Order: sequence, then C-alpha cells, then structure tokens
Amino acid sequence: MEENKFKVTIDGIETEVAPGTTILQAARQIGPEVAPPAMCYYKPLEKSGGKCRACLVKVAQGSAKDTRAMPKLMASCITQVQDGMVVENYTNEEVVETRKGIVEFLLLNHPLDCPVCDQAGECSLQDFAFKHGTEAQRFEEERRTYEREDIGDKIQLHMNRCILCYRCVHTADQITDGRCHGVMYRGDHAEISTYISKAVDNDFSGNMIDVCPVGALTDKTFRFKNRVWFSKPVDAHRDCDKCSGKVHLWYKGDEVIRVTGRKNQWGEVDEFICNTCRFDKKETADWVIEGPAKMQRHSVLSANKYRKDAIKPEYALKHAAQNYKQIDDSRPYNKSLEEVKESEDYKALMDKNKEFKLLNK
Amino acid sequence: MAESIKILTGNFDVPGIEQLDVYRKNGGYAGLEKALKQMSPDEIVEEVKKSGVRGRGGAGFPMGMKWGFLAKPEGVPRYLVCNGDESEPGTFKDHYLMMKSPHLLIEGMIISSFALGANTSFIYVRGELMYVINILEKAIAEAKAAGLLGKNILGTGYDLELVVQPGGGAYICGEETALLESLEGKRGNPRNKPPFPAVKGLYQCPTVVNNVESISTTPWIVLNGGEEYAKVGIGRSTGTKLISASGHVKNPGVYEIELGLPVEEFIYSDQYLGGIRDGHGLKAVVAGGSSVPILPKDLILKTAAGEPRLMSYESLSDGGFASGTMLGSGGFIAMDETTCIVRNTWNFSRFYRHESCGQCSPCREGTGWMEKVLYRIEHGKGNERDIDLLVDVAKKIEGNTICPLGDAAAWPVASAIRHFRDEFEWHVKNPEAATKKGAVYQPELSLA
Repeated sequence: MEENKFKVTIDGIETEVAPGTTILQAARQIGPEVAPPAMCYYKPLEKSGGKCRACLVKVAQGSAKDTRAMPKLMASCITQVQDGMVVENYTNEEVVETRKGIVEFLLLNHPLDCPVCDQAGECSLQDFAFKHGTEAQRFEEERRTYEREDIGDKIQLHMNRCILCYRCVHTADQITDGRCHGVMYRGDHAEISTYISKAVDNDFSGNMIDVCPVGALTDKTFRFKNRVWFSKPVDAHRDCDKCSGKVHLWYKGDEVIRVTGRKNQWGEVDEFICNTCRFDKKETADWVIEGPAKMQRHSVLSANKYRKDAIKPEYALKHAAQNYKQIDDSRPYNKSLEEVKESEDYKALMDKNKEFKLLNK
Repeated sequence: MAESIKILTGNFDVPGIEQLDVYRKNGGYAGLEKALKQMSPDEIVEEVKKSGVRGRGGAGFPMGMKWGFLAKPEGVPRYLVCNGDESEPGTFKDHYLMMKSPHLLIEGMIISSFALGANTSFIYVRGELMYVINILEKAIAEAKAAGLLGKNILGTGYDLELVVQPGGGAYICGEETALLESLEGKRGNPRNKPPFPAVKGLYQCPTVVNNVESISTTPWIVLNGGEEYAKVGIGRSTGTKLISASGHVKNPGVYEIELGLPVEEFIYSDQYLGGIRDGHGLKAVVAGGSSVPILPKDLILKTAAGEPRLMSYESLSDGGFASGTMLGSGGFIAMDETTCIVRNTWNFSRFYRHESCGQCSPCREGTGWMEKVLYRIEHGKGNERDIDLLVDVAKKIEGNTICPLGDAAAWPVASAIRHFRDEFEWHVKNPEAATKKGAVYQPELSLA
C-alpha cells in the first residue's frame, strides 16, 4: 500500500485522498454539502456511472504538474483525482447551469406522477430535481409511454418513469446469473426489458428494486399500500443462509409492510439481501429488531419521527476555517474617518465626483 | 492547374484493380515488401509520425501520435482495428475505396499491424455494405493464397490474421469505443474514457482504431517516406484527402484532393465539382459530413477575415464555430437556393435522434427533444420561443456527453440557427406559406 496521498481541493475545501479515488468519492469524504449528485453511479456495482451526467464538475486545475483546466466538464464519478487537482462543483456557474439542463433532460419523458408513485419520498430524481432543477419545464411535446410490465411475480417495471441509469442492468448482470435483463432499442426509444419478457428468476432479483433511483421498478407486495413517509423504518436482522440478513423493516402500525436493504448516507445498499428476506418474512417474529433506523435529516422520511441534532460540527468547523482567512480586513470602514480621507482611494473618488459635477453643470 | 498528386486513387481507374494480380502489376504490395523486409516496426511508426497524416475519420488526430500512445505491456496481445463503419450522412469515401481497391486497404492493414505488433487485425465494415464485405473477403482469400496473409508472410516470419466483421447497422458503432464493444459482441454503447483504447481497448488489450482512409495511406508513406508525404498539402494538413461530394453540384462523387485546395476552386472548377447545377446558385455548404456546422455561401468561400477558405483542417475551422466549420470526414454537401435549411436541419436531427445510443441523458433526451421541436417548426406549429430553446438545448448537450455524438447532434442545429436565423423566424411567423410544398425562404435582397 502506497503511503503517498493526493491533495484535492473541492469547492475550496482541501482534503487528502488515496490515489485512484474518484472525484465523487473524494467529495463524499468531505461531506454531503460538496458531494455532487449521482443518479446512475452506485458504488457497490462495478462499471456503473458516467451515464446520467448529473455529477459533472469543472476541473479548474488538472493537477499540480499540469495546471491547465480541463476543457470539458468531467463526470466526477469516473474521473480519478490527480495530486493538486482543483475541482469546482457548486461554486461554478457553468456546472450549476449544466445541472439544471440535466434535470430538465431527465424529467423530459418522466411522467411526474409522484402523487401515485410508490417511490415518492425516497426518490433520487425528486431530490435531484428539487435541489438542482428549475421550477418550470419547457418541454411541450408528447412524452413517450410504455405499458407496465411484470418482471417475475414480485417486481413490476414501470418504464415510463425510468431514467435509464443502467443500475438494474448492472445488478442483474453482477449479482444474478443468466443474462436476460438489459436495454433494448436505442436513443429515446431505449427501454429496460427482459429477453423476451422473461422473468428474472433469481434469489437476489429483488435488489433491482433497491437500486432503482426512481419508481420504475417497484415491489409488487408493497405497491399502493402506504406512502413511505407514513411508515416507520427500523433496523432488524435475522439469520439467513443466503444473505447478510441485515434489513430495514417498514412498519405501518404493528404490521411489517415492506422489507428493504439498508441504505447508507448516499442511498446505496452495501449489503444486498435475498428475496426470501425481502418478500417472504413479513412477521415481526421473524426478525431481531435492533432499533429505529437512522434516516437523513433532510429526508421526508424523517418527518415527525426521529431527529438527530441539526448541525454537522466537523463540516461547519472545516468550512469556517477555510473561509475565515478570506475576509479582507483592509477595507475602509475599519479605519477612522480621518484615515479614510487621507487615503488615495478617497481622493480619486472625490476627483471623479468633481469631474462628474463639472460635466453635468 | 496541374494534375494533382494521387496517393490513394491513382490506380482506381485500372480495370480489375480489385484483383490481386492486377493490383501487383500496378505496383501493389511493393510497400509491404519494403516494410517487412527492410524496415523495423519502429521505423514505420517513425515514418508515419514524420508524414503528419491526420486521422481521416473526422477528428483529425495525428495518426503517428495515436500509434505512439499504444501501450506495449509484455505478454498481452495488441490489436489493430480498421474503422469502416462509415455512416455519416454525406460521407461515402471509405465505401468507394474498399469497393474499388480492397487490396490497398489490406496492404495498409498488414503494414500497420506489423508496425504496431498486432497479429490479429479487424476490419469493421458497416453492415449495410454486404457486397463490399464480399469484395474484401474475396481479396483477403486471394492475399492469403499468395502468402501475403496468414503465417510467415513473405517468408519474414510475421503472422497476421485479418478478420472482416460486418457491423449491425448503427451509426454509433463508428465511435471507436462503441465499435470495440460491438466487435466484442456487446451492445454498441460507447465506453467511458479513460481508459483509452490505446491502453484498454478490444478485449481489454491495447488497441489502435484507425479509419480506412488513414490506413490506406501507409503503403505510400512506406514506399516514398514520411517526409515526402508531408510535402503534399499545406501546413499541418499534410497529404491528400478523399472528399465525397454530394448535393446540387454538376459532378458529385469521390475526389482525391491535395489539402489546401481553395474551396472555391473545388466547387467551381471543371476538374472537380463543376459548379452548381444550371440555373441555380450556391446557398450553403456542409463541409465535412452532417455533423459539422453548416456554413452559408459567403463564409464557406471566404473566411470571416476575408481570406479565401481552403480545404484543410486549419482553414475550414478558421474563426471557430462562430464563422468556421470543420473538415470532418470529408462529406461535402453543397446546397443551392432551393434547399430549405429548416427542413434540412430537421432531417439531420431526425438522423441523430434515431442513432443516439440512449446511454447518457443529455444525448438521449436532447436529440429527441430537438427533433420534435424542429418537426413542429418545419410543419408550421412552431413559435418564437422555440428557436432560442433549440439554441439552449444544443448548448446543454454539447460537451456534456460520453461520446462525440452529442456534439455532432448539437452542432448542425446550433450552426443552422446561427447563420440562418431569419429562415427559422420566417417559418415560425408564416406557418401557412412555409408549409407549402417546396416553399423556401427567399430573402428580398437576394432576389436582386
């Protein structure tokens, strides 16, 4: 293991990361405040990323050796950091503007049926659009539509909502066997499908629901049962011979209405669970309850439920330390009136004022 | 003007040049013999670097430099892939070259593979050109029988297998990484870069992907030397280029021109296009295949600075995208005043919508959006907002995609609006007149 670490600056905050880290991961190490959004990148899945272009950032300085800026915006989820790299994310106008465009593109053919969508409340696209998008949409054309399709008896594919992030394709490819789930057609007619309308019949197929950032793949045992923010998540585990057995149980009253994998801070499931845990074990007696699940403060899921303290001290301190230095104390209002009147700036200003008055006489 | 030098097409008019014996009688495979018997691979690469020949597929990246980037780890095979997936609207030069003189390409492939140390090389040809593939395969069989391919070529101990792979008929597979995916038998989606093909290409091995025309220059370079090649052409645009000319000209077809030829001469001289068809005048030119920006007559003949525009990489892109374009792949489309630019732009963007692979969101959604808006404008249902909307959408696609298809889709739209905005406005303001069959906007000034 190499000891040397790369120094990266993201939005003015410096950090040190191991060589080979991507910009996105480096930003995530600093904190959620500078982390670019990711709609297609999913850390546990190999080869994911680079497709949605939501995480584009400006590389203002390639490295300490080559101080040129990269000409194009770079997809931060697949671009590796170099020593001395300077990245602009939320501080760059171009990035912010482009991201607005990406939101618009992703919502172009999205039905916006959040009121009837089971994913609402834990939808990455909702969060992304809310944080980075514009209020109005300029798309006046007809949207493309598809019929709903069943992938097996437990999963439903609602292709209208799909943003073609390829996460489920990677999931099907990497954690289930038999390649039958993929993308058909191309361009804006591209659709996720199974070959040919076959069920993905595998013990781990249910993970496609967890990885889906939108409501395109939904759990048929949970559909239309409850809004997610009315249900109460708890951490639980059980002895399972196929998977880790670590899950979130979602309660409505005393009833378990849904079982999902445990998502981390970035909405990614680190330990995939099997279909038996997900679909068949819906009694409290099947599980060992660990306690209330930790939800993100900003998420609607945490509304009226558990609340950790609202400030993240490490980030706040870091941010303050970075920005405090930049305050310029030499400005005139810190001086006495006499000092100001003596200063060159003041005289120049007065001269200009005189000229102006003469001109306007 | 004196007869210009013909590096590629010199023998094209010889009857039966697609046959091995005729090709050899006309000096064919002399370059190969010289390369294999008298030169080392590094010397060939050096000659190609000296020649300054630039990639003829569209991007114009120096070929010698590309070869120099090829990683050479021990024990890992290297591949050369020839990109014959020519699908750009307006470009048909590779098609012509492979059909006319397959042995020229095969000779180039053997020399290039030898220079790069590849023992298996691929020619990926567009699937629609099945008869060209048949010609190539026949020629390869001939070459194999004559000991020019296979084991121990010309007794030098060098082995090479040449495989012709028909594409599935997708424009996107002309993008090098999508081509490699397709060659591996997968869906033709462009890969994220880095890693570049020179490091991890076909089957995760170092790979060079070159255009048909670029590879076909190598026999001449080997025979005559890179410096000799660099003397042809102008400045950093060395050598000759095949231009496939189409549109409203008297003599459409494929021409081999020395780079640096004035555009005006190319269009109006009898040796080349012979001018615009009788009774009509030039309106606009797409100089390098449908994806490069379209230019109106006054800007294609003269640069914004008033200098005559030449057929070269530098001169055509003079003025950036504000007043310039690109040489691209050499698909020269001339349009006379009967061409409706809005309809033409819609047609192009329909192509890009159809051919987008659908992998990254700006291109997938953006190409469809632009096509729909252009359809509305062309069919009299547009409004004035739409024109600025198109400019903005094009801007948001450009540069933000995985592969250059997004740029290729955005540039024609953005440039058409930049140079022919009045025509778009006329369509929007006069929907009835504009949707009449054959109706074309005629500015009052040009009537005089």
